Amino acid sequence: MDLFEWQAKELFGKYGVPVTQQVLATTPAEARAAAERLGGPVMVKAQVKAGGRGKAGGVKFAATPDDAERHAQAILGMEIKGLTVHNVLISEAADIGEEYYFSFLLDRANRAYLAMCSAEGGMEIEQLAVEKPEALARVPVDPVAGVDEAKAREIAAKGALPESIRDQAVDVIVKLWDVFTGEEATLVEVNPLVQTPDGKVLALDGKVTLDDNADFRHKEVHDTYRDNSATDPIEVRAKEKGLNYVKLEGSVGIIGNGAGLVMSTLDVVAYAGADLGGNGDAPKPANFLDIGGGASAEVMANGLEIVLSDPSVKSVFVNVFGGITACDAVANGIVSALAMLESRGEALTRPLVVRLDGNNAEEGRRILTEAAHPLVEQVDTMDGAARRAAELAKAGGRA
Amino acid sequence: MAIWLNESSRIVVQGMTGAEGTKHTRRMVASGSQIVGGVNPRKAGTEVDGIPVFATVGEAMKETGADVSVVFVPPAFAKDAAIEAIDAQIPLLVVITEGIPVQDSAYFYAYSVESGSTRIIGPNCPGIISPGKSNAGIIPADITQPGRIGLVSKSGTLTYQMMYELRDIGFSSCVGIGGDPVIGTTHIDCLRAFQDDPETDAIVMIGEIGGDAEERAADFIKSNVTKPVVGYVAGFTAPEGKTMGHAGAIVSGSSGTAQAKKEALEAVGVRVGKTPSETAALMRDLLTGS
Repeated sequence: MDLFEWQAKELFGKYGVPVTQQVLATTPAEARAAAERLGGPVMVKAQVKAGGRGKAGGVKFAATPDDAERHAQAILGMEIKGLTVHNVLISEAADIGEEYYFSFLLDRANRAYLAMCSAEGGMEIEQLAVEKPEALARVPVDPVAGVDEAKAREIAAKGALPESIRDQAVDVIVKLWDVFTGEEATLVEVNPLVQTPDGKVLALDGKVTLDDNADFRHKEVHDTYRDNSATDPIEVRAKEKGLNYVKLEGSVGIIGNGAGLVMSTLDVVAYAGADLGGNGDAPKPANFLDIGGGASAEVMANGLEIVLSDPSVKSVFVNVFGGITACDAVANGIVSALAMLESRGEALTRPLVVRLDGNNAEEGRRILTEAAHPLVEQVDTMDGAARRAAELAKAGGRA
Repeated sequence: MAIWLNESSRIVVQGMTGAEGTKHTRRMVASGSQIVGGVNPRKAGTEVDGIPVFATVGEAMKETGADVSVVFVPPAFAKDAAIEAIDAQIPLLVVITEGIPVQDSAYFYAYSVESGSTRIIGPNCPGIISPGKSNAGIIPADITQPGRIGLVSKSGTLTYQMMYELRDIGFSSCVGIGGDPVIGTTHIDCLRAFQDDPETDAIVMIGEIGGDAEERAADFIKSNVTKPVVGYVAGFTAPEGKTMGHAGAIVSGSSGTAQAKKEALEAVGVRVGKTPSETAALMRDLLTGS
């Protein structure tokens, strides 16, 4: 879960990382009130989970509460990289002497963590890494040893942070490590970390990604910070049902078992759709949905319900490999799922193409053939079934 | 031979007394694996289907000569279970559990490297099977047969799909390395082991979006693997920034794309199939010389 800047800085504050005072505002009037409360000049900052907010005009300096209100008026509702701005952060404007860069992140390749530190801050890290790689220190952090004061000092020195603020920086780095481990983050980034003209170190902007797998240990924080406003409503409902669903843009609904197989199914459907051609309207996968190894009737029914709740779906491709759960059980699951949906009053009108392969495939296919559901069509191979599902979608769901 | 797991492997199951643990222990036994014990400190001294339950991995190893442990314990307890097995110096630790917080995995992986005596496969993986010899994990044993292809994959069901499509040719070992961001055994570890295994003639490598493990595997193949390798990569149509089922399967900006992985593999002479079936066909052509 990626956090908003205001959430990241709120967490920083909780761990004693020095940050500026801040208030979140959702209306221009609230922005004015926040500026009055903070007193003095403020920054008005668009809260969207995307970089480049400043360039897009989403970050403005406001000398007075009037200015804060005016800027909030302009920024609220703005689109930045396709994301609508629902909130602005009003934070004390700090005088900036120097800008630095700092982050802790999960380093997948080395299966460890990495601290990145640079005395050259203020630009995007991707740009810094390309333009001044020599100025960006990359210091491996051992997950068992972690970061103590000595390690923090090593990182600050390699990043060439000025001697004059070294002790303060070391303290901030140790506290950021506490944020990283305490909240189970995979990224904690401060950009810029600044030195004010009077020599104080401050985290002016923050980016934090929390580990969804650690949800069970941080339920309160995760529930508080979870934001569904930019999430597709079908994805939200799928998540409530415990389904692993991602909304895509096409018309062929996809259900499969196993993340890898489903990803592969999306690709195969996209190829089949492209082969069918069409002027920009070639059939594409409408979603990712992994119903897991078990593939019980109830999970299948819930999955079908979610996939069919997307009005752009014209056909559904159910692609199951019977491994742990044999195909006869899967076939029975599909038959019961269809009955279950009909009994829930769901009008089934769109065709289903089913491909069963693997353990007991023959028996599974026989069960579906005998059930003879008018909307269910079987194709024995994944490639063939993908083609058929794409054809059906292209024909608008009519067989 | 096969890699890491063979007919003399003696397996204990951490979490054998749980529902999943019991179910898969039975399946492993049915596929011919030697399951010599289970581990659960609260149920030590009891039995499951006549298999004794021990209090610790160390005790189970001492009593049974176990050299493999398969972990089925829930995510919240997986780190402790792994550390216990690493402390007991189990040579092979297969972590099936899905949903382990990544800082836990990073910790026990680093811990295993420090201890130097345990290879970890997983977490969030289906395990390893050497068909006809032994099966440690949840891979269905009856969809394929022994043979001379080595298989390494991030994905469970794609592993099964490939095992099934090439069941007439058969496999030496199949390793599901898991789809988490931090895993113990990598594509490269498997490629190296298959290269050195006299019973493996050719290798199928299955990857997916996220990270750069496939790109690094391609580099490794270039200078270290002389056996033929056929590849497949899933996730060409995955949108940027969305996690596709596996915690590690995410395209971030321009990194971790399927296209980049495919290109890296093809650049070192690996033939990459467009679909799983086409990949199986490439391997078939290669081995049957048609």
